Amino acid sequence: MSAPAMTRAPVVSARGLLKDYGNGAARVRAVRGVDLDVAAGESVAIIGPSGCGKSTLLYLLGGLERPTAGSLRLADRRLERLPEAQLARLRRHALGFVFQSFHLVDELTAAENVELPMLLAGASRHQVRKRAGELLRSVGLADRAGHLPSALSGGQRQRVAIARALANAPAVVLADEPTGNLDGEATTEVLRLFEQLRADGQTLVLVTHDERVAATADRLLTMRDGVLVDETRLTGGTARSLGAITGLDE
Amino acid sequence: MNEPLELSDREPLRGYQLHVVQEVMLALLAQSGAHAYELRARLALALGPLAEALNEGRVYVTLGRLEKSGLIRSERVDRVDRRDRRVYELTESGRERVLAWFEDVSWPKPAPAEFHLKLVAAAAAGLADPVRIVDRQRHELLAGLREAQRAALAEPTGAVAGLLLEGVLLRLQADLRWLEACARFWSTGRDRP
Repeated sequence: MSAPAMTRAPVVSARGLLKDYGNGAARVRAVRGVDLDVAAGESVAIIGPSGCGKSTLLYLLGGLERPTAGSLRLADRRLERLPEAQLARLRRHALGFVFQSFHLVDELTAAENVELPMLLAGASRHQVRKRAGELLRSVGLADRAGHLPSALSGGQRQRVAIARALANAPAVVLADEPTGNLDGEATTEVLRLFEQLRADGQTLVLVTHDERVAATADRLLTMRDGVLVDETRLTGGTARSLGAITGLDE
Repeated sequence: MNEPLELSDREPLRGYQLHVVQEVMLALLAQSGAHAYELRARLALALGPLAEALNEGRVYVTLGRLEKSGLIRSERVDRVDRRDRRVYELTESGRERVLAWFEDVSWPKPAPAEFHLKLVAAAAAGLADPVRIVDRQRHELLAGLREAQRAALAEPTGAVAGLLLEGVLLRLQADLRWLEACARFWSTGRDRP
């Protein structure tokens, strides 16, 4: 499922990705042959019911899991042959992750959580402090920089996690059910941020079962039973007038 | 959406369902001719407990009307065991109407019954793939969801218009979840009702 008229090389390019868990009779094929290209600046959502393999696919794309078969290029590197240390380096520099349960370091403040990936990537303390401040401001949390995660709401924690994901200016941000643990209002805050990232041209891959999260993307892929079964572009074309959608126009 | 054949007949509830039944009946006749009682039995099966609203007399009235409109034609066959001796079959313009209905992606407002019956009828008639109909409908609703969501996110917190958009978003989300269930059901190659 490649995007039409793609001019530059895709940032993510997967061919025949396959992932098995277990062996013999207990073998479960979670991802059964996925082809996927994501262009620079494109925002792609993968939607499907729980257990369809979408999280596994995201972990494969992010080099957190190794595929059983298939090939994967990410930011001009072939992932399937990369030794573990180089893979970890690539993850640190080229990828930003956003998880359902935030995965912040509880002992570090919001600012320190955002600084951490930059320090690990070898940036200077001065640069790191400045950029962390900017990132927290961009997610609307400048006044919470010194708070520990335990003093933040769920929505605020996820916004810190998004700032952290952006810290090393990643080629791709990968998000796994980013609103899965959030209530209505916090979900809206996070959706606003993803809408902003998309508008800023950040390359994004989201997996979700929430149609509202998926609707922030440019392109939407549907996954069922380990394969991508449907694709649609959400921009242009079929979008109806808001009046018709709300039932104001006949 | 195609105009119902006779707007004057749209009485509350029943009238709406009568309209629903017209295209469905045409679709059920697409593969082979059938007696009215056969059509009614197939509809009852597809509608389950909702079939109660499907008055037997209405089926005959609808068939009569469809025939008058030239969408079906009927022929008397000799059968001694039933008073219902007429066999109905689709005309060419009836067939065109059915195909146009399968292509139509407007979303019925009051209830999912028409869409449900469209899928049942598509599978029964073999004229269109129900899963493809579901996917096209999903694309339409997703584009609508995106439109409504962008409008909702642009509203300042606490604005009253946000409440309407919230309602639209929740409704679209519920519809999309039901469409996912439809896709699952029809993609497993079930027997048609």
